[in-house]
Amino acid sequence: MELASRTSNPAFPTMLSGDIIREADEAHAYTTGRKTVGSPFVDNPRMTCRDVEVYYGEKCAINKISIDVDCNEVLAMIGPSGCGKSTFLRCLNRMNDTVPSCRVIGEIRLDNIDIYHPSIDVVPLRARVGMVFQKPNPFPKSIYDNVAYGPRIHGLTKNKAELDEIVETSIMKAGLWNEVKDRLQEPGTGLSGGQQQRLCIARAIAVSPEVILMDEPCSALDPIATAKVEELIAELRTQFSIVIVTHAMQQAARVSQRTAYFHLGDLIEVGPTDKIFTNPKHRLTEDYITGRFG
Amino acid sequence: MYSYLLPCILLFSTGAYYWGASRANSIAEASGGMRSLHSLPSHYGMLTALSSALPALLLFIIWQMVEDTIVTSLVAKSLPAELLQLSANELTLVLNEVKNVAFGGFGAHNTAPAIQTAADLYLSTRSWMRNLLGMGTIFCCLVPAVIAYRSINKDLRARNLVEGTVKIFLIACSTVAILTTLGIVLSVVFEALIFFQSVNFSDFLLGLQWSPQTAMRVDQAGSSGAFGAVPVFVGTLLIALIAMAVAIPIGLLAAIYLSEYASSRMRTWAKPMLEILAGIPTVVYGFFAALTVAPLIRDFGQSLGLQVSSESALAAGLVMGIMIIPFVSSLSDDVIHAVPQSMRDGSLALGATRFETIMLVIIPAALPGIVGSILLAVSRAIGETMIVVMAAGLSANLTFNPLEAVTTVTVQIVTLLVGDQEFDSPKTLAAFALGLLLFVFTLFLNFIALRVVRRYREQYE
Repeated sequence: MELASRTSNPAFPTMLSGDIIREADEAHAYTTGRKTVGSPFVDNPRMTCRDVEVYYGEKCAINKISIDVDCNEVLAMIGPSGCGKSTFLRCLNRMNDTVPSCRVIGEIRLDNIDIYHPSIDVVPLRARVGMVFQKPNPFPKSIYDNVAYGPRIHGLTKNKAELDEIVETSIMKAGLWNEVKDRLQEPGTGLSGGQQQRLCIARAIAVSPEVILMDEPCSALDPIATAKVEELIAELRTQFSIVIVTHAMQQAARVSQRTAYFHLGDLIEVGPTDKIFTNPKHRLTEDYITGRFG
Repeated sequence: MYSYLLPCILLFSTGAYYWGASRANSIAEASGGMRSLHSLPSHYGMLTALSSALPALLLFIIWQMVEDTIVTSLVAKSLPAELLQLSANELTLVLNEVKNVAFGGFGAHNTAPAIQTAADLYLSTRSWMRNLLGMGTIFCCLVPAVIAYRSINKDLRARNLVEGTVKIFLIACSTVAILTTLGIVLSVVFEALIFFQSVNFSDFLLGLQWSPQTAMRVDQAGSSGAFGAVPVFVGTLLIALIAMAVAIPIGLLAAIYLSEYASSRMRTWAKPMLEILAGIPTVVYGFFAALTVAPLIRDFGQSLGLQVSSESALAAGLVMGIMIIPFVSSLSDDVIHAVPQSMRDGSLALGATRFETIMLVIIPAALPGIVGSILLAVSRAIGETMIVVMAAGLSANLTFNPLEAVTTVTVQIVTLLVGDQEFDSPKTLAAFALGLLLFVFTLFLNFIALRVVRRYREQYE
């Protein structure tokens, strides 16, 4: 697609340099400004976001965020409620298009293709960037039909046998196969909450996306189901890039390689997860992860 | 005296409310605050008010039901001996005359002295009985109220008693609805049973000819009549089918547009506009069908070289279909709108288009409600009368050709029961048999639809 014309965007090359990181290093104690500190950029990114702004009507929900998503990493996004992390997540597969008053400015690239370019069709994009929601939302169909939904609408299979195989491998990857293999024709809504959420993950990976977005996928689950989903996330990382929004900082620490801290529409700090949790550079990050507010 | 009883009861019970509540308040003060009372003062007041109003109302209602019988029987006993020897039917006539004279109705001028005496007796008897009732009612107002008032103490469970009474009242209300339905069904069933004594049931159900023109009186000449319900039901189904063929696609697609594609401004504007269709009186639809649509169809058909009668099933069905569009669209729109946004998000996030989402997720999830709305529209179409009377015709042709005149069950019931009739001729009773069959038919439809919905339901909660 017409990409060459887009590289003339002046923000793109300059932001790639390391001046943000240097600035953070020079600060002795904590940085307190609203500029991103840490290391938001990586060498071979799967997705790149530059100066992303989101407005709901006149209200600014996201203020000039720039961050990369690496291949085969789990990027956790944490922050207090209303800080814009879910809004930002929904920008990555253009789910915000369904909100009439929502406007997205800036540049988001998937494999170096601008996903907000007018020539981009949102339908194949969403097949490449899958999403798992906060509340498990299996369709009121059988378990099989839930997983087969994506392959069917995208015409990924030629016959029933291929479809069967995709369904089986997807459910296996989601770690649900042993629990549901004997009742694939039963309704997906009859499963327990944790099984439903893993079914939704199976449904998302059935269309072989490159990136999976997860919007607080465990907030409606009990601890055991949460542990299973977290285990699953760790396995999925070998094949997909995963961006996960979470309120549980323990969870971010357990599953992610990098963590981004959002605060009131600003991206405050990005860094390797162990650094963020042991040695945050920014005062706001420190306050949040030590529980001083949030 | 008599007409003031109801306001009196109301006044007494209102007074009793404040009386009881104030006693509860004073008890509360005496025994250390509101918390020492079992119930709120308003509950004690309500209890006093109820015990004042309910027995009195009960007495009043019972009296209303039995007054005439009691007074009449008293008057009948005092009639002169020669009148008492009359047969039961004649005695009823005499008593009716007595009542007419008493109420100053017609025939009050030159009455026999015996009747006049009886009428005076009737009035005086009723008058003293009503005085007695008045005193009884006030007694029933006061005594239970006083008893309730005196029994108020801080441990009396007034709240439970009041709420129990409310529950009984609610049960009574729902019972009224059920009993009314039962009564209607039974009355239709009994009349239909009389009909089936003169016409064979299988002849009625399977007969292919409908011409209920029997002789009205013994001295009239008339054909023996044929009561085969098949042509009438075929006509009904044909018209309902045409109506549904119009209403279901248009209504459903309009609902999908309104709930999924239209902006909220468009929706708030367009939905009431559609619902106006349901507000047009059916008689207006009727003459629209008869005077505008039917000639249009006839002229159009003739230009194509088709034989179209001026009253056709097609005209009636088309207009009826337009009439029931809002039933389908408005209800379906509500149901589709109620499908959770998370369903849409889930489908869209998998890369489904809006249309795929609607067809594969939203409609299946909303199916029970959609079927419900269609069912409502079907029963509306089957029961509709005015449009078909005007536009479909009266002749019971057994045909599936929508360009011919047909008749429906409702039209036949109307024509059978309009004008002079006697209620022991099969011609009139046939209306009840038709009504019963129609009732059984819609019940059957409901049953089938419920089964279908339960079988294919996709529950999203």
